[in-house]
Amino acid sequence: MAKKTSSSPQSHRDDPVNSSLSAQDKIELFRKMVRIRRFEQASLTKYQGGKMGGFLHLYIGQEAVAVGTMSLLGENDHVITAYRDHGHALAAGMTMDECMAELYGKATGCSSGKGGSMHYFAPDKRYWGGHGIVAGQTPLGLGLAYALKYRGQKGAALCYLGDGAVNQGAFHESLNLAGLWDLPVIYVIENNGYSMGTSQQRSSAYSGCLAQRAEAYGIDWDHFNGSDLYEVRAHTAKALKRAHEESRPSIIEIATYRYEGHSVADAMKTVYRTKEEIERYQREHDPVNVWRQHLITENVLSETDAKAIEKAAQQEAESAAVFADNSPYPEPSTIFDHVYWEVDNQTTAGQTGRHFFND
Amino acid sequence: MPRLIEYRDAIKEALDEELARDPMVVVMGEEVARYNGAYKVTKGLWEKWGDKRVVDTPISEAGFIGMGVGASMLGVRPVMELMFWSFYTVAWDQIVNNAAMVRYMSGGKINCPIVIRGPANGGTNVGATHSHTPENIMASFPGMKCVCPATAYDVKGLLKASIRDNDPVMFMESTMLYGIKGEVPDNSELPEGELVIPLGVADVKRQGTDISLICHGRAVLTCLEAARILEEDHGIQAEVVDLRSIRPLDEDAIMDSVRKTHRAIYVEEGKPFCGVGAQVSSMIMQQCFDDLDAPVLRVNSLDAPAIYSPPLEKLQLPTADLVVDKALSIC
Repeated sequence: MAKKTSSSPQSHRDDPVNSSLSAQDKIELFRKMVRIRRFEQASLTKYQGGKMGGFLHLYIGQEAVAVGTMSLLGENDHVITAYRDHGHALAAGMTMDECMAELYGKATGCSSGKGGSMHYFAPDKRYWGGHGIVAGQTPLGLGLAYALKYRGQKGAALCYLGDGAVNQGAFHESLNLAGLWDLPVIYVIENNGYSMGTSQQRSSAYSGCLAQRAEAYGIDWDHFNGSDLYEVRAHTAKALKRAHEESRPSIIEIATYRYEGHSVADAMKTVYRTKEEIERYQREHDPVNVWRQHLITENVLSETDAKAIEKAAQQEAESAAVFADNSPYPEPSTIFDHVYWEVDNQTTAGQTGRHFFND
Repeated sequence: MPRLIEYRDAIKEALDEELARDPMVVVMGEEVARYNGAYKVTKGLWEKWGDKRVVDTPISEAGFIGMGVGASMLGVRPVMELMFWSFYTVAWDQIVNNAAMVRYMSGGKINCPIVIRGPANGGTNVGATHSHTPENIMASFPGMKCVCPATAYDVKGLLKASIRDNDPVMFMESTMLYGIKGEVPDNSELPEGELVIPLGVADVKRQGTDISLICHGRAVLTCLEAARILEEDHGIQAEVVDLRSIRPLDEDAIMDSVRKTHRAIYVEEGKPFCGVGAQVSSMIMQQCFDDLDAPVLRVNSLDAPAIYSPPLEKLQLPTADLVVDKALSIC
């Protein structure tokens, strides 16, 4: 029988996954969130300065989701997400340099300038993108879980999606297969309330919450707040345990908020929602501030230390922008690299027959 | 005595041998396991290899094809059956945006060693939704490969090569070919001990000097029949060039034949607009302009959705008589 994961809200800090955190661990989590925030702020500035093309979907306001969930992952756990992917990339350990250079379309970018903002990848860090089509990554996340199970590895695939992705068919097909075949995939719905400019109430039919749809597929689910790292970690740990110990999927819906528009090109960001709504979240739910206050209250971090971390992150982001600026664009000849593995590796197969049809 | 086996059994042998060779190979699709395959292509494989290696999926192409793509990123080598290639439409985003693009967008950090196979043909009176021949569409996406074997020999060797290939391969068979027997040597008769045919190598199925009939898939059989009529009734020697794989494409085989015969017709089951023949005739025009004694012609299915009515569907598909008529118009 599919059910909602039970938990007592008062005990998040005392949950074993949190009580085991050292002071240094907690500071590192703070640093990770601050680095994401500063990277995104720098990206926005540079975008406005004309340094990059295309879309830019910022993660500001949602940092505790990526950092909190991914802080629990082990060596056989994998991550895949949608196009608002910078936060997960940095949380996975990718550098600001390679991420910023990708935005600039430079050869030193994480995807060699071939993917852009929506398509960051680092399989060596078990981070599988960065996917542009809404919910298109949900069957891929399932496939990662399938591969883990096939290979007999005790791991999980965390597949992130937005609240706007839950109505796509590919997601529902994935849920059916996940439930049917006991695959260790965790679908993390980052619910920021808006699928682009359309609110959840105007886009989804549901009872209770979006994650509750899991019950139709016999999948366990959870729904909780994403502004407090303690809460995110305590709840996510239960889904991870379910994946690791029982090879069972979960849907966890995390309430969060994005301060900026759907993308930088979203001129309506203060039209479909009020300024007061945005300010209330910034004041009461900001994940970086909530964590900062925890650490100061616990005497883990001083104001001075916090400011130093923020300043260092800002400098790191600025330095990444300089790195990106100074990096070369990819050579035109590289347009034909990375199309076919066999061609790239100059195998016999890659050298047999014509693969490209220019002229 | 040459060993004659059906096209479907040649596919099964390829699957069986690759399942044995590589533990990461998984055969997956609707009805492929316990039902033994909608067309009995996978007959006996589940019994032999069990639940882990031969997997029945729900009717959920976007879900299971996408799952296969994801699993291939992590080293599994799924061979996915579409009961009809026509169902690619419901898995389209997963095939095109994920299987074909993820290597490029990741700057070469990922590859997808996946094969998607199944029948892609008309002629079985199942109406337009089940009669698509999308090889031209699949071949138009850099990042994907596309193979269309016409004989039992070719389908075995090409499927084995496709499963070993480290890029996504769209492998198109034909229900009209499944029951046709062809010579496929037993592995013990082969110097290498197995039959593997590289992608991107065409096969001249019939030598000729007067006109090149260039083709792929079941149209190869149509062309061989047309070539027989042209010789017997008109004394014309037609060369039949079977491309076998569309992408990669054996350009040299095409041009060598055209330079010899000076005349060419592309014959295929697909529709004319942006068909494989459109691409190939453009290439011939560009590279063999001075060798040509006549315009390159094309024979395709008639340009309407596949009709149900059985006698009319026969007329809609390329026929040997039509190929003969076209050949006579330029010979």
